[in-house]
Amino acid sequence: MFRNQYDTDVTTWSPAGRLFQVEYAMEAVKQGSAAIGLRSKSHVVLACVNKANSELSSHQKKIFKVDDHVGVAIAGLTADGRVLSRYMRNECINYFYTYESQLPVGRLVVQLADKAQVCTQRSWKRPYGVGLLVGGLDESGAHLYYNCPSGNYFEYQAFAIGSRSQAAKTYLERKFVSFMASSRENLIKDALFALRETLQGEKLTSSACTIAVVGVGEAFHILDQETVQALINEFEIAGEEAAAPDQAGVDEPSAADDQAAPVDQSAAPMDM
Amino acid sequence: MGGSYGSTLRYKSVERLKPVGKHSLIGASGEISDFQEIMRYLDDLILSDNMWDDGNSLGPKEVHNYLTRVMYNRRNKFNPLWNSLVLGGVKNGQKYLGTVSMIGVHYEDNHVATGFGNHLARPLLRDEWRENLTFEEGVILLEKCMRVLLYRDRSAVNKLQIAKITEEGVTISPPYSLKTFWNFSAFENPTHGAEGSW
Repeated sequence: MFRNQYDTDVTTWSPAGRLFQVEYAMEAVKQGSAAIGLRSKSHVVLACVNKANSELSSHQKKIFKVDDHVGVAIAGLTADGRVLSRYMRNECINYFYTYESQLPVGRLVVQLADKAQVCTQRSWKRPYGVGLLVGGLDESGAHLYYNCPSGNYFEYQAFAIGSRSQAAKTYLERKFVSFMASSRENLIKDALFALRETLQGEKLTSSACTIAVVGVGEAFHILDQETVQALINEFEIAGEEAAAPDQAGVDEPSAADDQAAPVDQSAAPMDM
Repeated sequence: MGGSYGSTLRYKSVERLKPVGKHSLIGASGEISDFQEIMRYLDDLILSDNMWDDGNSLGPKEVHNYLTRVMYNRRNKFNPLWNSLVLGGVKNGQKYLGTVSMIGVHYEDNHVATGFGNHLARPLLRDEWRENLTFEEGVILLEKCMRVLLYRDRSAVNKLQIAKITEEGVTISPPYSLKTFWNFSAFENPTHGAEGSW
Protein backbone atom coordinates (compact mmCIF):
# COMPACT_ATOMS: atom_id res chain seq x y z
CA MET A 1 0.00 0.00 0.00
CA PHE A 2 1.36 3.39 -0.89
CA ARG A 3 0.82 6.79 0.66
CA ASN A 4 -1.76 8.92 -1.11
CA GLN A 5 -3.71 12.10 -0.56
CA TYR A 6 -6.83 10.33 0.75
CA ASP A 7 -5.31 8.46 3.64
CA THR A 8 -4.96 11.14 6.29
CA ASP A 9 -8.47 11.00 7.75
CA VAL A 10 -10.67 8.06 8.49
CA THR A 11 -13.56 10.18 7.28
CA THR A 12 -12.08 10.72 3.81
CA TRP A 13 -13.14 8.45 0.99
CA SER A 14 -10.79 7.74 -1.88
CA PRO A 15 -12.16 8.10 -5.41
CA ALA A 16 -12.14 4.33 -5.66
CA GLY A 17 -14.48 4.12 -2.67
CA ARG A 18 -11.93 3.04 -0.09
CA LEU A 19 -11.26 4.22 3.44
CA PHE A 20 -7.50 3.96 3.68
CA GLN A 21 -7.24 4.51 7.42
CA VAL A 22 -9.47 1.49 7.98
CA GLU A 23 -7.33 -0.56 5.61
CA TYR A 24 -4.19 0.57 7.40
CA ALA A 25 -5.78 -0.54 10.68
CA MET A 26 -6.28 -3.96 9.12
CA GLU A 27 -2.60 -3.96 8.21
CA ALA A 28 -1.82 -3.63 11.92
CA VAL A 29 -3.68 -6.88 12.47
CA LYS A 30 -1.61 -8.60 9.80
CA GLN A 31 1.59 -7.48 11.52
CA GLY A 32 0.65 -8.95 14.91
CA SER A 33 1.68 -12.46 15.89
CA ALA A 34 -0.55 -15.26 14.77
CA ALA A 35 -3.83 -16.26 16.38
CA ILE A 36 -5.90 -19.26 15.29
CA GLY A 37 -9.39 -20.41 16.05
CA LEU A 38 -11.34 -23.52 15.13
CA ARG A 39 -14.64 -24.97 16.21
CA SER A 40 -16.64 -28.14 16.28
CA LYS A 41 -20.31 -28.54 17.06
CA SER A 42 -19.65 -28.34 20.78
CA HIS A 43 -16.20 -26.81 21.30
CA VAL A 44 -14.07 -23.88 20.22
CA VAL A 45 -10.29 -23.84 20.47
CA LEU A 46 -8.24 -20.64 20.33
CA ALA A 47 -4.49 -20.77 19.92
CA CYS A 48 -1.83 -18.12 19.53
CA VAL A 49 1.87 -17.62 19.21
CA ASN A 50 3.45 -15.71 22.05
CA LYS A 51 5.96 -13.15 20.93
CA ALA A 52 8.21 -11.53 23.48
CA ASN A 53 10.14 -8.32 22.85
CA SER A 54 13.34 -9.83 24.12
CA GLU A 55 14.45 -12.82 26.13
CA LEU A 56 14.32 -10.68 29.23
CA SER A 57 10.68 -9.69 28.94
CA SER A 58 7.45 -11.60 29.45
CA HIS A 59 5.04 -12.56 26.70
CA GLN A 60 2.14 -10.45 25.58
CA LYS A 61 -1.18 -11.75 26.77
CA LYS A 62 -3.23 -12.42 23.65
CA ILE A 63 -6.05 -14.62 24.86
CA PHE A 64 -8.64 -13.21 27.23
CA LYS A 65 -11.46 -14.91 29.04
CA VAL A 66 -14.56 -12.78 28.58
CA ASP A 67 -17.02 -14.97 30.45
CA ASP A 68 -17.49 -18.64 31.24
CA HIS A 69 -18.90 -19.18 27.80
CA VAL A 70 -16.83 -16.73 25.69
CA GLY A 71 -13.17 -16.01 25.13
CA VAL A 72 -11.18 -13.99 22.63
CA ALA A 73 -7.79 -14.21 20.92
CA ILE A 74 -6.36 -11.01 19.48
CA ALA A 75 -3.81 -9.97 16.90
CA GLY A 76 -2.56 -6.43 16.36
CA LEU A 77 -2.43 -3.61 18.87
CA THR A 78 -2.76 -5.56 22.08
CA ALA A 79 -3.64 -2.41 24.02
CA ASP A 80 -6.72 -1.95 21.82
CA GLY A 81 -7.45 -5.63 22.32
CA ARG A 82 -7.36 -5.27 26.09
CA VAL A 83 -9.78 -2.36 25.98
CA LEU A 84 -12.21 -4.27 23.78
CA SER A 85 -11.94 -7.32 26.04
CA ARG A 86 -12.88 -5.15 28.97
CA TYR A 87 -15.89 -3.89 27.02
CA MET A 88 -16.93 -7.45 26.20
CA ARG A 89 -16.58 -8.55 29.81
CA ASN A 90 -18.70 -5.63 30.90
CA GLU A 91 -21.42 -6.44 28.40
CA CYS A 92 -21.52 -10.06 29.53
CA ILE A 93 -21.70 -9.13 33.19
CA ASN A 94 -24.47 -6.58 32.63
CA TYR A 95 -26.51 -9.02 30.59
CA PHE A 96 -26.16 -11.68 33.27
CA TYR A 97 -27.18 -9.18 35.96
CA THR A 98 -30.41 -8.35 34.16
CA TYR A 99 -31.36 -11.74 32.75
CA GLU A 100 -29.42 -14.28 34.83
CA SER A 101 -28.54 -15.89 31.60
CA GLN A 102 -25.45 -15.78 29.41
CA LEU A 103 -25.14 -13.22 26.65
CA PRO A 104 -25.34 -15.17 23.38
CA VAL A 105 -21.99 -14.83 21.65
CA GLY A 106 -23.73 -13.94 18.38
CA ARG A 107 -25.11 -10.80 19.99
CA LEU A 108 -21.83 -9.90 21.67
CA VAL A 109 -19.99 -9.85 18.35
CA VAL A 110 -22.62 -7.64 16.77
CA GLN A 111 -22.23 -5.15 19.62
CA LEU A 112 -18.47 -5.33 19.20
CA ALA A 113 -18.73 -4.79 15.45
CA ASP A 114 -21.03 -1.80 15.90
CA LYS A 115 -18.55 -0.33 18.37
CA ALA A 116 -15.75 -0.72 15.84
CA GLN A 117 -17.87 0.84 13.10
CA VAL A 118 -18.30 4.02 15.11
CA CYS A 119 -14.55 4.55 14.92
CA THR A 120 -14.68 4.45 11.17
CA GLN A 121 -17.15 7.30 10.96
CA ARG A 122 -15.88 9.91 13.41
CA SER A 123 -13.21 12.42 12.48
CA TRP A 124 -11.90 12.57 16.04
CA LYS A 125 -11.46 8.81 16.42
CA ARG A 126 -9.26 6.15 14.89
CA PRO A 127 -10.19 2.55 14.13
CA TYR A 128 -9.21 -0.12 16.65
CA GLY A 129 -6.01 -1.71 15.40
CA VAL A 130 -6.85 -5.21 16.52
CA GLY A 131 -8.52 -8.27 15.04
CA LEU A 132 -10.45 -10.47 17.43
CA LEU A 133 -11.19 -14.15 17.14
CA VAL A 134 -14.20 -14.60 19.41
CA GLY A 135 -15.02 -18.16 20.44
CA GLY A 136 -18.10 -18.90 22.46
CA LEU A 137 -21.31 -20.77 23.07
CA ASP A 138 -24.84 -19.93 22.12
CA GLU A 139 -28.15 -21.73 22.38
CA SER A 140 -27.34 -23.24 19.01
CA GLY A 141 -23.91 -24.58 19.95
CA ALA A 142 -20.30 -23.46 19.57
CA HIS A 143 -19.37 -20.50 17.35
CA LEU A 144 -16.22 -18.80 16.14
CA TYR A 145 -16.32 -15.23 14.86
CA TYR A 146 -13.73 -12.86 13.50
CA ASN A 147 -14.17 -9.16 14.28
CA CYS A 148 -12.34 -6.73 12.03
CA PRO A 149 -11.22 -3.13 12.63
CA SER A 150 -13.57 -2.19 9.80
CA GLY A 151 -16.60 -3.15 11.88
CA ASN A 152 -17.27 -6.29 9.87
CA TYR A 153 -17.64 -9.64 11.48
CA PHE A 154 -17.88 -13.10 10.02
CA GLU A 155 -18.56 -16.52 11.39
CA TYR A 156 -15.96 -19.16 10.67
CA GLN A 157 -15.45 -22.87 10.95
CA ALA A 158 -11.76 -22.10 11.38
CA PHE A 159 -9.63 -19.02 10.84
CA ALA A 160 -6.18 -17.57 11.41
CA ILE A 161 -5.04 -13.97 11.68
CA GLY A 162 -1.74 -12.19 12.16
CA SER A 163 1.67 -12.74 10.62
CA ARG A 164 2.22 -15.93 8.62
CA SER A 165 -1.42 -16.81 9.19
CA GLN A 166 -1.72 -17.85 5.53
CA ALA A 167 0.29 -20.99 6.29
CA ALA A 168 -2.14 -21.87 9.06
CA LYS A 169 -5.13 -21.08 6.84
CA THR A 170 -3.80 -23.41 4.16
CA TYR A 171 -3.59 -26.20 6.72
CA LEU A 172 -7.06 -25.43 8.05
CA GLU A 173 -8.55 -25.30 4.56
CA ARG A 174 -7.37 -28.85 4.00
CA LYS A 175 -8.95 -30.19 7.17
CA PHE A 176 -11.90 -27.98 8.11
CA VAL A 177 -14.59 -30.27 6.71
CA SER A 178 -13.96 -32.71 9.53
CA PHE A 179 -13.99 -30.11 12.30
CA MET A 180 -17.73 -29.99 12.96
CA ALA A 181 -17.77 -33.61 14.07
CA SER A 182 -14.31 -33.49 15.62
CA SER A 183 -13.65 -34.52 19.19
CA ARG A 184 -12.27 -31.99 21.64
CA GLU A 185 -8.85 -33.64 21.62
CA ASN A 186 -8.56 -33.70 17.84
CA LEU A 187 -9.64 -30.08 17.66
CA ILE A 188 -6.84 -29.05 20.02
CA LYS A 189 -4.43 -31.18 18.04
CA ASP A 190 -5.42 -29.49 14.80
CA ALA A 191 -4.98 -26.10 16.47
CA LEU A 192 -1.45 -27.04 17.46
CA PHE A 193 -0.66 -28.29 13.96
CA ALA A 194 -2.00 -25.08 12.45
CA LEU A 195 0.01 -23.05 14.92
CA ARG A 196 3.15 -24.95 14.00
CA GLU A 197 2.64 -23.99 10.36
CA THR A 198 2.96 -20.31 11.28
CA LEU A 199 6.29 -20.90 12.96
CA GLN A 200 7.85 -21.81 9.61
CA GLY A 201 10.27 -24.46 10.86
CA GLU A 202 10.87 -23.14 14.38
CA LYS A 203 10.28 -25.66 17.11
CA LEU A 204 6.85 -25.48 18.75
CA THR A 205 7.17 -25.35 22.51
CA SER A 206 4.53 -24.67 25.15
CA SER A 207 6.41 -21.57 26.27
CA ALA A 208 5.86 -19.96 22.89
CA CYS A 209 2.15 -20.59 22.54
CA THR A 210 -1.12 -20.33 24.41
CA ILE A 211 -4.14 -22.59 23.92
CA ALA A 212 -7.63 -21.99 25.25
CA VAL A 213 -10.77 -24.13 25.07
CA VAL A 214 -14.47 -23.58 25.61
CA GLY A 215 -17.22 -26.12 25.11
CA VAL A 216 -20.60 -27.41 26.12
CA GLY A 217 -20.20 -28.20 29.80
CA GLU A 218 -16.69 -26.74 29.85
CA ALA A 219 -16.05 -23.16 30.88
CA PHE A 220 -13.58 -21.08 28.88
CA HIS A 221 -10.10 -21.59 30.24
CA ILE A 222 -6.50 -21.39 29.12
CA LEU A 223 -4.65 -24.69 29.22
CA ASP A 224 -1.66 -24.66 31.50
CA GLN A 225 1.82 -25.06 30.14
CA GLU A 226 2.38 -28.67 31.21
CA THR A 227 -0.81 -29.83 29.54
CA VAL A 228 0.14 -28.05 26.34
CA GLN A 229 3.69 -29.41 26.37
CA ALA A 230 2.37 -32.92 26.89
CA LEU A 231 0.04 -32.52 23.91
CA ILE A 232 2.90 -31.22 21.77
CA ASN A 233 5.12 -34.12 22.72
CA GLU A 234 2.32 -36.52 21.99
CA PHE A 235 1.84 -35.40 18.45
CA GLU A 236 5.54 -34.99 17.75
CA ILE A 237 6.12 -38.57 18.86
CA ALA A 238 3.20 -39.64 16.72
CA GLY A 239 4.65 -37.80 13.76
CA GLU A 240 3.00 -35.64 11.09
CA GLU A 241 -0.25 -37.64 10.99
CA ALA A 242 -2.66 -37.13 13.83
CA ALA A 243 -2.66 -40.46 15.69
CA ALA A 244 -5.29 -41.61 18.19
CA PRO A 245 -4.29 -40.33 21.63
CA ASP A 246 -3.59 -43.14 24.07
CA GLN A 247 -2.79 -41.26 27.23
CA ALA A 248 -5.94 -41.12 29.26
CA GLY A 249 -6.20 -38.27 31.71
CA VAL A 250 -4.05 -35.86 29.77
CA ASP A 251 -6.98 -34.37 27.92
CA GLU A 252 -9.46 -34.14 30.76
CA PRO A 253 -11.59 -30.99 30.51
CA SER A 254 -10.51 -29.68 33.88
CA ALA A 255 -7.33 -27.74 33.45
CA ALA A 256 -6.74 -27.72 37.19
CA ASP A 257 -5.83 -31.37 37.48
CA ASP A 258 -2.55 -31.90 35.67
CA GLN A 259 -1.85 -35.59 35.34
CA ALA A 260 0.71 -35.55 32.51
CA ALA A 261 4.35 -35.81 33.56
CA PRO A 262 6.20 -32.71 32.29
CA VAL A 263 8.69 -33.86 29.68
CA ASP A 264 12.04 -32.05 29.49
CA GLN A 265 11.55 -28.67 27.89
CA SER A 266 14.27 -27.26 25.74
CA ALA A 267 13.18 -23.67 26.49
CA ALA A 268 12.90 -22.45 30.06
CA PRO A 269 9.29 -21.52 30.77
CA MET A 270 8.95 -17.79 31.00
CA ASP A 271 6.81 -15.90 33.47
CA MET A 272 3.40 -15.12 32.01
CA MET B 1 -60.66 -11.16 35.92
CA GLY B 2 -61.41 -8.42 38.40
CA GLY B 3 -59.85 -4.96 38.51
CA SER B 4 -60.22 -2.96 41.70
CA TYR B 5 -60.85 0.70 42.34
CA GLY B 6 -59.55 1.03 45.86
CA SER B 7 -61.41 -1.59 47.82
CA THR B 8 -64.27 -1.80 45.33
CA LEU B 9 -64.18 -4.33 42.54
CA ARG B 10 -65.03 -2.04 39.66
CA TYR B 11 -63.90 -3.63 36.39
CA LYS B 12 -65.12 -7.15 35.84
CA SER B 13 -63.51 -8.14 32.54
CA VAL B 14 -59.87 -7.25 32.99
CA GLU B 15 -57.47 -9.69 31.36
CA ARG B 16 -54.75 -10.27 33.88
CA LEU B 17 -53.03 -13.10 32.01
CA LYS B 18 -50.91 -12.12 29.02
CA PRO B 19 -48.46 -13.99 26.81
CA VAL B 20 -44.91 -12.64 26.64
CA GLY B 21 -42.94 -13.58 23.55
CA LYS B 22 -43.06 -17.17 22.37
CA HIS B 23 -42.20 -18.92 25.59
CA SER B 24 -43.72 -17.12 28.56
CA LEU B 25 -46.89 -16.01 30.24
CA ILE B 26 -47.38 -13.33 32.86
CA GLY B 27 -50.16 -13.04 35.42
CA ALA B 28 -50.60 -9.89 37.44
CA SER B 29 -52.46 -8.74 40.48
CA GLY B 30 -52.65 -5.27 41.98
CA GLU B 31 -52.72 -1.92 40.21
CA ILE B 32 -53.89 -2.51 36.65
CA SER B 33 -52.38 0.69 35.23
CA ASP B 34 -48.98 -0.42 36.51
CA PHE B 35 -49.52 -3.81 34.91
CA GLN B 36 -50.26 -2.09 31.63
CA GLU B 37 -46.99 -0.21 32.01
CA ILE B 38 -45.18 -3.47 32.69
CA MET B 39 -46.71 -4.93 29.55
CA ARG B 40 -45.32 -1.97 27.58
CA TYR B 41 -41.86 -2.65 29.00
CA LEU B 42 -42.18 -6.33 28.14
CA ASP B 43 -43.48 -5.67 24.65
CA ASP B 44 -40.48 -3.38 24.02
CA LEU B 45 -38.17 -6.02 25.46
CA ILE B 46 -39.54 -8.78 23.25
CA LEU B 47 -39.45 -6.49 20.23
CA SER B 48 -35.78 -5.68 20.77
CA ASP B 49 -35.08 -9.34 21.28
CA ASN B 50 -36.78 -10.20 17.99
CA MET B 51 -34.95 -7.41 16.13
CA TRP B 52 -31.65 -9.21 16.62
CA ASP B 53 -33.13 -11.75 14.25
CA ASP B 54 -30.76 -14.47 15.34
CA GLY B 55 -31.57 -17.91 16.67
CA ASN B 56 -31.73 -16.68 20.25
CA SER B 57 -34.79 -15.67 22.21
CA LEU B 58 -35.54 -14.62 25.78
CA GLY B 59 -37.01 -17.44 27.81
CA PRO B 60 -39.18 -17.30 30.94
CA LYS B 61 -36.16 -17.28 33.23
CA GLU B 62 -34.73 -14.22 31.50
CA VAL B 63 -38.07 -12.41 31.51
CA HIS B 64 -38.54 -13.18 35.20
CA ASN B 65 -35.15 -11.77 36.05
CA TYR B 66 -35.72 -8.69 33.96
CA LEU B 67 -38.98 -8.06 35.81
CA THR B 68 -37.25 -8.59 39.13
CA ARG B 69 -34.72 -5.91 38.24
CA VAL B 70 -37.47 -3.51 37.19
CA MET B 71 -39.56 -4.07 40.32
CA TYR B 72 -36.63 -3.86 42.68
CA ASN B 73 -35.23 -0.73 41.11
CA ARG B 74 -38.59 1.02 41.36
CA ARG B 75 -38.85 -0.05 44.99
CA ASN B 76 -35.46 1.48 45.67
CA LYS B 77 -36.63 4.77 44.22
CA PHE B 78 -39.66 4.67 46.52
CA ASN B 79 -41.94 4.61 43.49
CA PRO B 80 -43.00 0.97 43.15
CA LEU B 81 -45.07 -0.65 40.47
CA TRP B 82 -47.89 -1.84 42.69
CA ASN B 83 -48.16 -5.38 41.37
CA SER B 84 -47.50 -8.96 42.30
CA LEU B 85 -46.52 -10.92 39.24
CA VAL B 86 -46.45 -14.55 38.29
CA LEU B 87 -44.24 -15.60 35.40
CA GLY B 88 -44.33 -19.02 33.81
CA GLY B 89 -43.14 -20.63 30.64
CA VAL B 90 -41.52 -23.48 28.77
CA LYS B 91 -38.40 -23.26 26.65
CA ASN B 92 -36.38 -26.07 25.13
CA GLY B 93 -38.32 -28.51 27.26
CA GLN B 94 -37.45 -26.70 30.46
CA LYS B 95 -40.42 -25.60 32.55
CA TYR B 96 -40.20 -22.44 34.64
CA LEU B 97 -42.45 -20.80 37.19
CA GLY B 98 -41.57 -17.78 39.27
CA THR B 99 -43.02 -14.80 41.03
CA VAL B 100 -41.98 -11.19 41.77
CA SER B 101 -43.55 -8.86 44.25
CA MET B 102 -43.78 -5.08 44.22
CA ILE B 103 -40.73 -4.84 46.44
CA GLY B 104 -38.66 -7.13 44.30
CA VAL B 105 -38.92 -10.34 46.31
CA HIS B 106 -38.59 -13.10 43.76
CA TYR B 107 -38.41 -16.88 43.74
CA GLU B 108 -39.21 -19.94 41.69
CA ASP B 109 -41.33 -22.83 42.80
CA ASN B 110 -43.62 -25.56 41.52
CA HIS B 111 -46.59 -23.45 42.51
CA VAL B 112 -46.84 -19.74 43.19
CA ALA B 113 -49.61 -17.30 44.06
CA THR B 114 -50.24 -13.64 44.70
CA GLY B 115 -51.95 -11.94 47.59
CA PHE B 116 -54.48 -14.07 49.44
CA GLY B 117 -53.65 -16.94 47.16
CA ASN B 118 -50.50 -17.38 49.24
CA HIS B 119 -52.64 -18.01 52.32
CA LEU B 120 -55.55 -19.91 50.86
CA ALA B 121 -54.29 -21.64 47.75
CA ARG B 122 -50.64 -22.55 48.47
CA PRO B 123 -51.52 -24.87 51.40
CA LEU B 124 -53.84 -26.77 49.08
CA LEU B 125 -51.17 -26.87 46.41
CA ARG B 126 -48.53 -28.03 48.86
CA ASP B 127 -50.69 -30.99 49.74
CA GLU B 128 -51.99 -31.90 46.34
CA TRP B 129 -49.37 -30.86 43.78
CA ARG B 130 -47.39 -33.64 42.14
CA GLU B 131 -44.69 -33.58 39.48
CA ASN B 132 -46.70 -35.71 37.06
CA LEU B 133 -50.07 -33.99 37.14
CA THR B 134 -51.83 -34.07 33.81
CA PHE B 135 -53.15 -30.84 32.39
CA GLU B 136 -56.73 -31.80 33.28
CA GLU B 137 -55.75 -32.66 36.85
CA GLY B 138 -53.91 -29.36 37.09
CA VAL B 139 -56.98 -27.46 36.00
CA ILE B 140 -59.13 -29.25 38.58
CA LEU B 141 -56.61 -28.41 41.29
CA LEU B 142 -56.41 -24.77 40.27
CA GLU B 143 -60.18 -24.47 40.08
CA LYS B 144 -60.37 -25.86 43.58
CA CYS B 145 -58.01 -23.11 44.74
CA MET B 146 -59.89 -20.44 42.84
CA ARG B 147 -63.19 -21.58 44.31
CA VAL B 148 -61.86 -21.21 47.85
CA LEU B 149 -60.60 -17.74 47.00
CA LEU B 150 -63.95 -16.85 45.44
CA TYR B 151 -65.88 -17.95 48.52
CA ARG B 152 -63.57 -16.16 50.92
CA ASP B 153 -63.06 -12.82 49.13
CA ARG B 154 -65.83 -10.34 49.81
CA SER B 155 -65.22 -8.56 46.50
CA ALA B 156 -64.31 -11.34 44.06
CA VAL B 157 -66.17 -11.92 40.82
CA ASN B 158 -66.92 -15.38 39.54
CA LYS B 159 -65.10 -15.05 36.25
CA LEU B 160 -61.72 -16.48 35.49
CA GLN B 161 -59.33 -17.56 32.79
CA ILE B 162 -56.94 -20.47 32.78
CA ALA B 163 -53.80 -20.42 30.64
CA LYS B 164 -51.62 -23.22 29.40
CA ILE B 165 -48.01 -22.92 28.24
CA THR B 166 -46.24 -25.72 26.45
CA GLU B 167 -43.31 -25.93 24.06
CA GLU B 168 -45.77 -25.21 21.27
CA GLY B 169 -46.92 -21.95 22.78
CA VAL B 170 -49.42 -20.16 24.97
CA THR B 171 -53.19 -20.60 25.07
CA ILE B 172 -55.47 -18.60 27.33
CA SER B 173 -59.00 -19.84 27.82
CA PRO B 174 -61.97 -17.56 27.30
CA PRO B 175 -63.53 -16.31 30.56
CA TYR B 176 -65.74 -18.78 32.38
CA SER B 177 -67.23 -19.17 35.84
CA LEU B 178 -67.01 -21.79 38.55
CA LYS B 179 -69.93 -23.69 39.93
CA THR B 180 -70.68 -22.46 43.42
CA PHE B 181 -73.15 -23.38 46.11
CA TRP B 182 -74.40 -20.72 48.41
CA ASN B 183 -77.25 -22.55 50.11
CA PHE B 184 -75.39 -23.88 53.08
CA SER B 185 -77.57 -23.39 56.12
CA ALA B 186 -74.74 -21.58 57.84
CA PHE B 187 -74.83 -18.96 55.10
CA GLU B 188 -78.51 -18.22 55.76
CA ASN B 189 -78.87 -15.32 58.11
CA PRO B 190 -75.22 -15.47 59.15
CA THR B 191 -75.51 -12.73 61.79
CA HIS B 192 -78.40 -14.35 63.60
CA GLY B 193 -77.51 -14.43 67.27
CA ALA B 194 -74.28 -12.49 66.83
CA GLU B 195 -73.24 -9.95 69.46
CA GLY B 196 -75.00 -6.66 68.82
CA SER B 197 -77.29 -8.03 66.07
CA TRP B 198 -81.04 -8.29 65.99
